[in-house]
Amino acid sequence: MNLIQYILTRVGSYLVILFVGITVTFFLPRLMPSDPIEGYINQIQTQAGQTMDPAAITKLRQSLRELYGLEGNLVSQYFNYLKKVFFEFDFGPSLSGFPKPVSEYILQALPWTAGLLGVSIIFSWLIGNLIGLLAGFFHNTRWATGLEVVGVILYPIPYYILALVLILLFAYVWPIFPLSTTIRPGPMSIGKIRLIVYNSFLPALTLVLAGFGWNVLGMKALSFANKEEGYVQFARLKGVPSRTIMFQYVAKNSFLPQITALALSIGGIFNGALLTEILFSYPGLGLRMRTAIGNGDFNMLYGTVTISIIAVATAALIIDLLYPFFDPRIRYQ
Amino acid sequence: MKLNLRLKIGITILAIFILGSLILPFFNHVDPTKQGIFFKNLRPSLQHLLGTNSQGQDIFWFLIYSIRNSLFLGISVSIFTTLIATLVGLSAGYIGGWYDRLIMILTDSVISIPSFPILIVLGALVRGNTSFTVVGIILVIFGWAWGARTIRSMALSIREREFINTAIFSGSNRLEVIFNEIFPYVYAYIVVGFINSILFVINTEAALAVIGLSKVEIPTLGSIIFWALSYNAFFTGQYLWVVAPVLATVLLFLGLFLTSTGYNQMFALRRGHS
Repeated sequence: MNLIQYILTRVGSYLVILFVGITVTFFLPRLMPSDPIEGYINQIQTQAGQTMDPAAITKLRQSLRELYGLEGNLVSQYFNYLKKVFFEFDFGPSLSGFPKPVSEYILQALPWTAGLLGVSIIFSWLIGNLIGLLAGFFHNTRWATGLEVVGVILYPIPYYILALVLILLFAYVWPIFPLSTTIRPGPMSIGKIRLIVYNSFLPALTLVLAGFGWNVLGMKALSFANKEEGYVQFARLKGVPSRTIMFQYVAKNSFLPQITALALSIGGIFNGALLTEILFSYPGLGLRMRTAIGNGDFNMLYGTVTISIIAVATAALIIDLLYPFFDPRIRYQ
Repeated sequence: MKLNLRLKIGITILAIFILGSLILPFFNHVDPTKQGIFFKNLRPSLQHLLGTNSQGQDIFWFLIYSIRNSLFLGISVSIFTTLIATLVGLSAGYIGGWYDRLIMILTDSVISIPSFPILIVLGALVRGNTSFTVVGIILVIFGWAWGARTIRSMALSIREREFINTAIFSGSNRLEVIFNEIFPYVYAYIVVGFINSILFVINTEAALAVIGLSKVEIPTLGSIIFWALSYNAFFTGQYLWVVAPVLATVLLFLGLFLTSTGYNQMFALRRGHS
């Protein structure tokens, strides 16, 4: 498989995944028995104390259907939706913040999620893999076993549990970090950046810890297997120092599968990030989704969900496209 | 058959959880979800092992019912996901061709699409009038893909082995080859996949419940935390209301994880290579 072929197949499957994902988000809610518009009208009616006259309700229903893009048959709705999402980045107006468009809210929330995820993935991947490498390379020492035990215990703990434990420990019992994120809008300054780091610390720590066990265990198994390969034994017999063997021989070959694994698991990490944001009231996509549900703002909900699918698929694509830089076997064939 | 350490610890934890949550409810005659049955905010005592919460519910019994319901949901959903994964994976790996390609596109999409946002949408749409069964069905839709992928790649490698040809030349048809020749080899992976699926299902339902998007009226490991958070258990200092389900979840997941990896290790040794 040469480089161009590799890139083409990867981009091809990217487009298929996007297509399937967006089709699912379009059709699943429409297959559901409940109708968000009727729900919304009922809600308004109860607030108005049943005093709206039927003509006004019909008119309201009509304009709501237009806003939601529910005019016409299912097929034309679908193509209209695809066109709007891909070519115009348009998800309609937000219903709770009418008439501000949903895309504006998304653009506000996206940097928060991207920043939180980016920083915590890099930290947990690098530190986790380094520890895994050490634990696999010196596998017969006592502390390596200790590290593995830590990995085994951390690995199955879900995101929301880690988030709750950190909130309990560092926002209640020993309150050194804020309970939820509060950052006022305004121009960037040193003080604001410090505030952002301070507020993001616990959510980021949640994500780092959650990815930690997975990275340690995966890397330990890989480096332990690679350590007994022929080329490593040859290097050892040749008199190459132990540290060079670990970093130049074992590490290089063990990192490659971990890059692929990262691309595959990015969806799961993203799921965890959404949940963590909600629990910490962190102003990213996850919190937007949760408030959208609370407000019955379905345009906002579909917008944020569609963007999540595009973002995750794109992140996985970028990691996979960077892969040839690390793997000479693909680069030079 | 010698059990390794992981499997021993894992099975012990699981046995305690399963037997405990199945048998203990027979000794309880009060519906733990009913509010105001007991005095509020009691400290742990012999009467109330974990005390009572601000709604006058016994935390210990609420937790036991939560564990039982979560386990029930996890196991019953996993039976379906494992069945689908096995059928899809075996057939794709063995039949191959365009069928395999189609299945792979489908599984890869389900795996790469972040499931949580879509679950949030579904949770929002069926909120209030959802039943526990609907939650289960939604989890089946998202739970089968990883297993199918693993089993398919196993079947793919076994298909090239010599004994498959022997079976075909001896007159076995496709179904017989799949079930008599390939199935015994992937059996261990199916068991591991089943346990991992239980973990996935309990975790996903709990995660949705914690933010209020599952059937929170039914006690599960997630909804107990949801109620604790909505009644501000942290503010009022009722740490046990949250700490108890947190510890139970961590222990249960550790048990599931140790059982699945331990079983995998044991099977790898039995096959002759680790």
